[in-house]
Amino acid sequence: MPDLFTSGFLTALVVGGLVAGVPLLFAGLGEIIAEASGVLNVGLEGMMLAGAFIGFVATLLTQNVWFGLAAGAVAGLLLSLVMVLFCIRLGLDQIVVGVAIVLTVEGATAVLHATLYGESYPRLDAAPRFAIPFLSDLPVLGGSLFTQPVIVYLGFILVGVVAWVLRSTSVGLHLRAAGEQPASLDAAGVDVVRIRSVAEMVCGALAGLGGAYLAIVGAGTFVPFVTNGMGFIAIVIAMLARGRAWWSVIGAFLFGMSLSLTTALQLVGIDVPVDVVQMLPFVSVIVVLVIFARDARLPSALGLPYLRGSR
Amino acid sequence: MTSPLTSPEAVVDVAPPTTRGAGLGDALVRSLGPIALALITCGALLAIVGRDPFAFYSDILQAGLLRPSGLQDSITRMAPILLVAAGMIVAFRAGMWNLGSDGQYLLAAACVAGTAPSVLAAVPAPLGWLVLGLVGMVVGASWTIVPAWLRARYGLNEIVTTLMMSFVGSGLANLLVKGPFDGPSTVPQTAVVDPSLLLFDLPGTRIHIGVIVALIAVATIYWVFSRTSFGMRIDVLGANARAAQHVGIRVSRLIIVTFLLSGALMGLAAAVDMLGIFGYMRADWNPAYGLKVVPLVFLARLNALAVIPFAAFFSVLSIGGEYAARRAQLPSDFLLLVIGLVLTFMVVTQYLTDKRDRGEPILPRRKAGMARA
Amino acid sequence: MGTTGPTIEDRSSPQTATPAVELIDITKAFPGVVANDRISLAAMPGEVLCLLGENGAGKSTLMSILSGIYRPDGGRILVDGRAVNIDSPRHGRDLGIGMVYQHLSLIPTLTVLENLMMGSNPGLSLDREGARTRLGELSRQLGVSVDADARAGSLALGQQQQVEIIKALWKGSRVLILDEPTSMLTPQGITELQDVLRGLKRSGLAIIFITHKLHEAVAIGDRVAILKQGKVVGRLDPADLAAMTPDEIQSRIVAAMFGSSAAPDVADIAELRPTSGLTTTARHLSNEPLLEVVDVSADAAGGEHTLADINLEVRGGEILGVAGVDGSGQRTLAEVIAGQSRHTAGSIRLGGVTIDGLSISERQALGLRYVTDDRLGEGVVSSYPLSLNLVLKRIGQPPFWRGGRVDRAQIRRSAQESIRVFDIRTPSSETRIGKLSGGNIQKALLARELSFEPRCVVFNKPTHGLDVRTIVAVRERIRALAQDGVAIVVISNDLDELVDLSDRVAVLDSGRITGVVPAGPDAEVRIGELIVGVAAPQTVG
Repeated sequence: MPDLFTSGFLTALVVGGLVAGVPLLFAGLGEIIAEASGVLNVGLEGMMLAGAFIGFVATLLTQNVWFGLAAGAVAGLLLSLVMVLFCIRLGLDQIVVGVAIVLTVEGATAVLHATLYGESYPRLDAAPRFAIPFLSDLPVLGGSLFTQPVIVYLGFILVGVVAWVLRSTSVGLHLRAAGEQPASLDAAGVDVVRIRSVAEMVCGALAGLGGAYLAIVGAGTFVPFVTNGMGFIAIVIAMLARGRAWWSVIGAFLFGMSLSLTTALQLVGIDVPVDVVQMLPFVSVIVVLVIFARDARLPSALGLPYLRGSR
Repeated sequence: MTSPLTSPEAVVDVAPPTTRGAGLGDALVRSLGPIALALITCGALLAIVGRDPFAFYSDILQAGLLRPSGLQDSITRMAPILLVAAGMIVAFRAGMWNLGSDGQYLLAAACVAGTAPSVLAAVPAPLGWLVLGLVGMVVGASWTIVPAWLRARYGLNEIVTTLMMSFVGSGLANLLVKGPFDGPSTVPQTAVVDPSLLLFDLPGTRIHIGVIVALIAVATIYWVFSRTSFGMRIDVLGANARAAQHVGIRVSRLIIVTFLLSGALMGLAAAVDMLGIFGYMRADWNPAYGLKVVPLVFLARLNALAVIPFAAFFSVLSIGGEYAARRAQLPSDFLLLVIGLVLTFMVVTQYLTDKRDRGEPILPRRKAGMARA
Repeated sequence: MGTTGPTIEDRSSPQTATPAVELIDITKAFPGVVANDRISLAAMPGEVLCLLGENGAGKSTLMSILSGIYRPDGGRILVDGRAVNIDSPRHGRDLGIGMVYQHLSLIPTLTVLENLMMGSNPGLSLDREGARTRLGELSRQLGVSVDADARAGSLALGQQQQVEIIKALWKGSRVLILDEPTSMLTPQGITELQDVLRGLKRSGLAIIFITHKLHEAVAIGDRVAILKQGKVVGRLDPADLAAMTPDEIQSRIVAAMFGSSAAPDVADIAELRPTSGLTTTARHLSNEPLLEVVDVSADAAGGEHTLADINLEVRGGEILGVAGVDGSGQRTLAEVIAGQSRHTAGSIRLGGVTIDGLSISERQALGLRYVTDDRLGEGVVSSYPLSLNLVLKRIGQPPFWRGGRVDRAQIRRSAQESIRVFDIRTPSSETRIGKLSGGNIQKALLARELSFEPRCVVFNKPTHGLDVRTIVAVRERIRALAQDGVAIVVISNDLDELVDLSDRVAVLDSGRITGVVPAGPDAEVRIGELIVGVAAPQTVG
């Protein structure tokens, strides 16, 4: 029985999980915010993909990782405006518009990538990393775990910020109210459409950021459909999180580790079929849902457009 | 889970036939408008990336419609499209978003292709097709059980569960094709069925009878929903799940039955493809009909007969598009872009026409003073 | 109907104080109806102004204008003598107009404190301490005590209403508007509310109290304005109320609302008398009970109390009322009898046959029917035509479905018949039922449930939200059913209605039957006592 706890295995598993999970962290956090306010973002996959492509192109052109990440976030934000206009302001069906976004972005990015880079398939240089002093000197994992691009650390800080906002600010309170019973919020004089729009735009930006991270740091390149269902996993994370921001961290890393498991196992000589490993995150989601089905609870107004006075 | 999610029925207000008073002209606008807009937009995008949109579209027409071989290919392509569409209509009319059709299809395809050589060796062809068709339907249906049960028992969102099962299903299909069903060839794929054992073609054509099967299935689904009490119960469930329970419909049971039927149709689509066109299944192959068919089903307003012309449109676009994309040096994923835009424009068009029908202003006035209808 | 009757002259002394809020010639029209027609009203500080009128008279529209949801088409609003345009609910609150809606608008999953801070927290960070202090102040002013950290959904309805009042007064108000506040309260709760209002009056608040019950208006109001079909058709000021006897007040109001020749039963139904004391014509009751509920317990349908050890008996031709406030288990009881919910203990028998294991359709086939109070939510499919809704509980059954295939012509024919018999006002049998008025939807529900020979019918709040004429029609139909020997259960939180209709009234309190009161002159008083819950043994929480 190969020794699983070699440093090689653990590094590959945990650090690999970290790298694979960061996109999920951002997208999941964004979706938690959106769902808390009552918007179900089926188009998340499209926003991540758009962020991946635009982020990749921007980094390629400017050789600047920060610019690329920002560009990806902007791409996601712009797509979320589609949801804001059609669903939040006009009250059209959130799921249909989400599917439309996914289809359109998948097609558009595939076509654009083929026309621009179809022949060359360029790759990016490795992103610069920052080693946290002291922590990065810890044995075994310290070196790799605490030497990450700065955006990763910012991501963790962001989770804490979001948790605080949701719990202890008026914006967070109004957001939660919008997701539970928007009519009451409206009667209290708060603009429901505006708070949901803000939540959705933040979600889009974070999803785009997550996608950009995937292309720039994770994969180092863009291939069509690179997100491969991550957007949908993020939706599941958000549903299980039930408005608790820290769950985005837990969910992201659990699923990230199931993705990094192949490489880690290969390192210790266990050869698991690629298909099994790729299925793992989805199988674990199903298992979790079956076990915790009773507890999964969503905001009561999720998915329903708010139109004042509608029957 | 306490949230009532939007149902597909809420998107296209599917009242029974007696109340559809909108004229033919209106129906044409609602269905052709989005298509026209999408084609125009894509044409503009083509121009932006330096391709000639007119040449592109004429290539599509040539290859997909005008050339006899292309026309036949398009008609053949309609078979799985119609069956997948029928499966979606069944689920959507019940208010269930079955977005996991790809997984159901692939798993059924793997099982059908994997067992076909043995079945067809043991049993004469027409009976063998029947058996394999059943295999496909059973496998497809069984892959909906978990999401169906989670939804019926716990009210758990089927969007997520069907999507997750889809990824698992496609992975499982790959494992089967690379494993127990792997054929003699060096490439991971099932053993190829002798072409003489595949579905017959319509005389004088290259169109296999699977298309007839698909048309019969679609007509049956239409009849179920327009005439039978079973179909009415599904419609009521989709229109108002609480009312369905109140009037005595066994909601849990109906949810599961609906899912099973939907999955079975996806499985049948797989069987038709395997036995009609391919005769084998390769690993890592996914025609991904699912999401692409969603816009067609909505354009047809969840009406099984009305989906036929849209399926035809999509098939021509698909067959012709492969050729045109190759010529223009674009990936065939271009089709996704077209169909995504069709759905987007459809949503907008429906919104505009609904508002006009109800005599309401287009943009909601959010200030105080908005009239209650 | 144009009769307004004799106007009650305003003999009040000249105003010495400025009205807290004054409406002058307010007009508001919607497509097809003028909801408010040149209405002028004044609410004085330290007084309760009662707005009296039946459902549909225009009270809610008026209040929506005052609170900023609607803008009036014409007229002016003055707050403390200054003209204002109220643009939004927030603006209304900033002006000091606090509104408590009939249907409670607290968010059940948030705490009381969070509900109160919603929309009124200064700055970004939540000032919980400041909110707690303010809550303490207002609680003292109201004379109530509220747990700031309790989840709003866990509070009793009366307490939720108190929180709503606190919320309305949060930013300091000069006017408090209450829309039908007593509909969900126990008699004790009503008394508590009156005390609260008295205290608020003393502190100089102007209160507008909207109701459709005359005896409430006269009891609580210092000033009464009567609304009918969008117009003010009568006023009583403090001098009038002091000078006239209760009977005089009553007949003046009846005259204003219904014309001087109004039939007594219409007057009764407009809640004019707190006790009706009517005796129904003697009905022949079956010897054996037709519906028996024996030791039934059930888990609650969301938000309600669990049912425990329910025992009821209804004979053919008898009307059994079930009284209780919302949340005491009424809906669960109805659903358990109908088959929509499963009971965890006990047994239900119809005509001697145990029906515990039977499905909803099977029970219906045996003649058991359920007219739900949630008309649009579960009673009908609002996007479907009227004709289809009428056969919704008979899907698959002849004559509408034969051999599994639908016969639309037959459905239409049957609908025409129902429209005629039940006087359903609709453009056609194929009209979307969602477009019909509440009264006609209720008639459609009745047509559906009362067809095909019912033997036992359960009604849940059969007349709530309906206009007087339809209320009369519905009650008549219930009495006629009883005359035909049908066993009837009427569940309602409206004591007047129950006393009017029932032969006996069972009181449901916190999931238990605390007593059964036969019809009689003192019935309402005794029911009220039981609802308050003098002796409630082991109530399971």
